[in-house]
Amino acid sequence: MISSRNPLPAALQARGVSRRQFVEFCTSMVAALALPPRYVGAVMKALAQANRPVLVWLEFQDCAGNSESMLRTSNPTVADFVLDFLSWEYHELIMAGAGKQAEEALERVVREHKGEYIAVVEGAIPTADDGVYCTIAGKTALEIATHVCTNSAANVAVGACAWDGGLVRAKPNPTGAVGLQEAVPGVKVVNLGGCPHNPANTAAVLTHYLTFHEMPALDQYNRPLFAYGNIIHDQCERRAHYDAGRFVEEWGDEGHRKGYCLYKMGCKGPEATYNCPTVRWNDGTSWPVKAGHGCIACASHRFWDTKSPFYKRLPSVPGFGVDVTADEIGWVATGAVAAAMVAQVVGNAVRDKIRPKKATEEADKPADSRGA
Amino acid sequence: MARIVVDPVTRIEGHLRIEAQVEGGMISDAWSSGTMFRGIELILRGRDPREAWIWAQRICGVCTMVHALASVNAVEDALGIEVPDNARLVRNIIAATQTVQDHVIHFYHLHALDWVDVVSALKADPAKTSQLAQSISDWPLSSEKYFKSVQDRVSALVASKQLSLFGAGYWGHPAYHLPPEANLMAVAHYLEALQFQKEFIRIHAVLGGKNPHLQTFLVGGMATSLDPNEPGATVNPERIDFLIEKAKAAATFVDQVYIPDVLAVAGFYRDWFERGEGLGNFMSYGAYPQGSIKDPANFFLQQGIILNRDLSKVYPFEPKNVTEYVTHSWYEYSGGDQTAKNPFDGETNPKFTGPKPPYEFLNVDQKYSWLKAPRYQDKPMEVGPLARLLVAYASGNQEVKALVNGTLAKLNAPPTALFSTLGRIAARALETKLLADHIVEWIQHLGNNIATGNVKIHNGEKWDPNSWPKTTRGFGFFEAPRGSLGHWVEIEDHAIKNYQAVVPSTWNAGPRDAHGQRGAYEAALIKTPVADPDRPLELLRTIHSFDPCLACAVHVVDARGHTYSRAEA
Repeated sequence: MISSRNPLPAALQARGVSRRQFVEFCTSMVAALALPPRYVGAVMKALAQANRPVLVWLEFQDCAGNSESMLRTSNPTVADFVLDFLSWEYHELIMAGAGKQAEEALERVVREHKGEYIAVVEGAIPTADDGVYCTIAGKTALEIATHVCTNSAANVAVGACAWDGGLVRAKPNPTGAVGLQEAVPGVKVVNLGGCPHNPANTAAVLTHYLTFHEMPALDQYNRPLFAYGNIIHDQCERRAHYDAGRFVEEWGDEGHRKGYCLYKMGCKGPEATYNCPTVRWNDGTSWPVKAGHGCIACASHRFWDTKSPFYKRLPSVPGFGVDVTADEIGWVATGAVAAAMVAQVVGNAVRDKIRPKKATEEADKPADSRGA
Repeated sequence: MARIVVDPVTRIEGHLRIEAQVEGGMISDAWSSGTMFRGIELILRGRDPREAWIWAQRICGVCTMVHALASVNAVEDALGIEVPDNARLVRNIIAATQTVQDHVIHFYHLHALDWVDVVSALKADPAKTSQLAQSISDWPLSSEKYFKSVQDRVSALVASKQLSLFGAGYWGHPAYHLPPEANLMAVAHYLEALQFQKEFIRIHAVLGGKNPHLQTFLVGGMATSLDPNEPGATVNPERIDFLIEKAKAAATFVDQVYIPDVLAVAGFYRDWFERGEGLGNFMSYGAYPQGSIKDPANFFLQQGIILNRDLSKVYPFEPKNVTEYVTHSWYEYSGGDQTAKNPFDGETNPKFTGPKPPYEFLNVDQKYSWLKAPRYQDKPMEVGPLARLLVAYASGNQEVKALVNGTLAKLNAPPTALFSTLGRIAARALETKLLADHIVEWIQHLGNNIATGNVKIHNGEKWDPNSWPKTTRGFGFFEAPRGSLGHWVEIEDHAIKNYQAVVPSTWNAGPRDAHGQRGAYEAALIKTPVADPDRPLELLRTIHSFDPCLACAVHVVDARGHTYSRAEA
């Protein structure tokens, strides 16, 4: 990927970054973003700045699962991000300072790096009863989010809760929780849905931003197309079993042991978009369907209410279902693959900054058309 | 006399605020407040009990899976389901893996910076650091060159004037006592532990698809299909080998890095064996069933209650004795806020009566937290690794006794030293070793079952909701990394009628009750020295020794009945 003619930039050498690590990192990022190899040089240059870009990570009505997920990244590791590529100046879960010193660290970023820093938000923001359901240092989450995210250069909402309110917003939404873009209208947000977010995607988004100073191409939910453009069912390793009509009928049965399709057990893969099956989790080790449980569509809009009950088989939609003829199955497969290919092309167009909303909507339709 | 406020308490999960009164350089009183509320139990009402675990798991993403396990335990208790032995094994492997990983992250990434001065590491001599490291452990990453490279990395960070996460630390605080070489060694291990945790947790990815938030539990068993021959099975002999390799690496890391580091740090901070005790009452529900979950006497870690630090007697645990107060919590009870309620009779309405934000101080004489105050027989309890170890020790668990006595001997400390801030840290490390040493054995046991054709992983007799009684209720419990976790579920017409979780950090971080009895954090902070009220490092040491997890701790049950979806066959 990077040739020997490209030595490790001095700024990275000084930070103790090994060339091997860096090559691995650049390779994985450029691949994740579907960029051609010629962009490696740009990525390198962006990451080797003497003054590292500043990032703050805010936690509101969260479970810290997205923070923990970030700790599991590999290329780069969280240590690379925190120490070498960015200056990660506020993150309650892992920062050294506490109380007054933590508050001051955040305030200093807003003051001294106004319009320059990246704000990552995790967790929903409660709006009921003047926001008393989440306070930090005596201030409401809403006040902090408004202050920090209107003065940043870019905002990234990680996980379902920060995107659309997530589980906290599920009925009856006791605290009036919403995601960042609803809580602070008008701010630009990149939404990285999922419960939790997949840190490989987040790393790719941050790298894209550091390299091009703008976010990658987004869909109608402001999710990056490279990660949310494809239907899970179409990328699923169990797909051949679906097409052949081989299904898990009971947990632990022969079909389950042979890795058959989980559709009858309630899998939401046919309605979900995400790159979960290809990127996988924890260093590409596995993903839920591979591990034997159906998909719950955790990267879909308002999935807690729209995709549950999670063990209920998806209703018959035209041309879809286990009792259809082979012809019909073939038709569904073709249609879905076509949609996926559109999405893939769109994903590949990231570098050209096209935002063809219509194509995206089509690609996303099966995932989110059932409404909130 | 001064009132100090630490908000946010960082390096924890969730949103915790501590207010403390400082007199003569020492804390004379303290108040612990949870400042975030989500209402997950209310959200659970009306939903399919079989998927409650998927929702409940999201109570916490740090100790992910613990609420999933407590939830399936509760529903299985309600429906009278016994899970196959393989499911018990997989659950034990997943839970022990979680605990080991969680404890390592806690020590290095959430707690170490209270004891380790990162900036001081710049003054270390890498050669002497290497000698120090080699004198306490056989861990191979210990050369002078290695420590020099770590020091260079810290040096570049400091020189850049962008200290990132380390920017707002209390560096140079007089309470830091480690020599520069020990600081450098600890910083190196901080970075190594970051690598370790993500590598080790791949066990969860194999068994649960991902971490955090595994997707593999089922009411009645697990979704981890087992097969001696099939590549498409979740667990087959090849993956057993992978799991064993990861588990063995973890046991080595714990033995050669974590345990020696804890002993080394403890040696420099011996005064913390006499600080931060707190309540002296300890509770453990018991964990890691070795047979039926109905038989706590045969758990790997025992169940019971210890009162007034008396290790000669372990009282039996009875779920009916658990109650919760809201006297100082932002909720209302219809019968008045002075009496406590058992979770099965849980009735709560959130009502914030605190100061209007932005505020400077809470009204600590009134209500001041989103946490309730759980009590056992009306007594506050400490829960967590120390409580578990003490209950196991006092119950005569030979392995635990040998481990604890051996460690105390190495530290030249009396058993009473365990009732302290450092005692909690030591207990957590010892528990990590205990579990890391056994995970391999449990994986091998599972592997043997699979090899001999025992592949049953799910009991599907009650999967169909039509096989359920019209109404039923159950209690599910588990010892999460941070302590005793209980879920109470009531099921009516195939749907959740009522759900309640009483979690470890509610026990530890909860506020006062109707009698004015302090919670565990509040009690432990009394007499903690504070050298510099502007930089209350010592306060953080004791609070962090509990490993707070606040998202878990806040919850609600509402008397209103909402129904969203019911279980369908």
